[in-house]
Amino acid sequence: MLELKVQTQGGCASSGCGGSADRLAHLPEAIRAKVNNHPCFSEDAHHHYARMHVAVAPACNIQCHYCNRKYDCANESRPGVVSELLTSDQAVKKVLAVAATIPQMTVLGIAGPGDPLANPERTLETFRQLAEKAPDIRLCVSTNGLALPDLVDELCQYNIEHVTITINCVDPDVGANIYPWIFWNNRRIKGRKAAEILIQRQQEGLEKLVARGVLVKVNSVLIPGVNDTHLQEVSRVVKAKGAFLHNVMPLIAEPEHGTFYGLMGQRGPTSAELTALQDACAGDMAMMRHCRQCRADAVGMLGEDRGQEFTLDKIEHLEIDYDAAMQRRAEVQAEIEAKRAAQRQPTGATLVSLDTLKRQLPQKTEPRPVLMAVATTGGGVIDQHFGHAREFLIYEASAQDVRFIGVRKVDLYCTGTDTCGEAETRLEQTIRALDGCEVVLCARIGYEPWGRLEAAGIAPNGEHALEPIEDAIAAVYRELLDAGRLAPVAAEPERLSA
Amino acid sequence: MAFKIIEGCVNCWACAPLCPSQAIVAAKPHFLIDARQCTECEGEYADPQCASICPIEGVILDGLGVPVNPPGSLTGIPPERLAAARAEIRAR
Repeated sequence: MLELKVQTQGGCASSGCGGSADRLAHLPEAIRAKVNNHPCFSEDAHHHYARMHVAVAPACNIQCHYCNRKYDCANESRPGVVSELLTSDQAVKKVLAVAATIPQMTVLGIAGPGDPLANPERTLETFRQLAEKAPDIRLCVSTNGLALPDLVDELCQYNIEHVTITINCVDPDVGANIYPWIFWNNRRIKGRKAAEILIQRQQEGLEKLVARGVLVKVNSVLIPGVNDTHLQEVSRVVKAKGAFLHNVMPLIAEPEHGTFYGLMGQRGPTSAELTALQDACAGDMAMMRHCRQCRADAVGMLGEDRGQEFTLDKIEHLEIDYDAAMQRRAEVQAEIEAKRAAQRQPTGATLVSLDTLKRQLPQKTEPRPVLMAVATTGGGVIDQHFGHAREFLIYEASAQDVRFIGVRKVDLYCTGTDTCGEAETRLEQTIRALDGCEVVLCARIGYEPWGRLEAAGIAPNGEHALEPIEDAIAAVYRELLDAGRLAPVAAEPERLSA
Repeated sequence: MAFKIIEGCVNCWACAPLCPSQAIVAAKPHFLIDARQCTECEGEYADPQCASICPIEGVILDGLGVPVNPPGSLTGIPPERLAAARAEIRAR
């Protein structure tokens, strides 16, 4: 059992001193040390460090209504989709090649395309070899949990630091509408009974891992009308059992994906619904809003996929000096840590003390919050051309702080552009993805998109190129405030009539 | 009598380690069942193992050539809905 002194949330939660990284400030020191350079768990780390998934685990032991086991499309970027299945030996070779080429790589995860623990030999053999050949790389695995309780001991043997369990419900009646069947004790089991067994196994696995000191993250897919009102209960239960993060992800469901939900007209949540639920659960525990729902063979920084550089034919004849590569990773990562430490220091003129802002204004007439979108390639600075951005980081600036809200992808789905016929243009997609944002910060932007954004009520801003994201947002918020553009939201009608 | 894997199999490996007779071959373009080895799990398990974990409808046939998991039985998607959706997507 983890017996650690828990730090209380200090007065350091606003942008000037580390910003959204402090979302994890409530975690015990030892856990923070483990997630400090993990791009998936630390919002700040994801600007600096890379990860990869290897697709060694094709088999699955359950069916989920949001998954279609037939799907494989190189243009798709949904979880569970891969292009090339690897043996354990091939996967190890690929990891070592990537880690030698991308020294920012800190994490290797096995996430599918099936359930990694339904393929225990392939998954565990990959971990065994990597623990030996690249001991600096953190190993993670994700699972639906059905096979988990029986494999906890073996996972611990290979120094697995993080396990992610996808838990969409703790109530079998809810589960019966998510999982059509499981394969359990040599039989296919359907309906409520299947959900009941799965839930019991997930909870047992969670408890065992926590007891062994392994960090457990829980993923939940938000399915409107199915588990949306239930996920706060899930959050409460898994936190009580010791999960350190809860990641609520939006359902991705389109008819062309061929999934039950996609074909039966089940919609995914809107950005606003997702944020509202993440907010509702955030009171319970740290949430993970920068999740990109990566493919099971993703390579690189979050939000980018360099998988095509490391296909089997390309890595086959590579000669890699493991020790030199590990040495280089250590050097590059030390530089990154120095840079991160420097970024946490106030950077001068652009930094606005939001505490000051807050004190100047009485609570009731507080300026309204504003959503801003940022185009960045990582590194925590605004450094991407608007037209090159395939995703935007969304922040909410308010009188209190600058808060990271989430990621909006421009082309999360294969929408058929270029190759499959008529579809909305990239710019139209981008503007739709930025719905609700009033400002978009980027390094540069073209003339046409500038006009189209303004027409859509989104102010393009290229004045903060190469500045740290949160400082720039605070500065823009201050400008809006000074310009009188942040009048408090109109009083509610009841109050007027009272 | 023996089971048979036909076109449509996605080579997910789920069945192979479960077969008590080692009758499943990781062939290309898709997995196959060696009819000489397959016992349909008689005397081993109450249910045939490959067909009990296979996630793809219609790709495992029993000894009479009948799909063990007919359309709609695993995903819950009514076959007519699937056909209609495919037609809609094609018409786009």
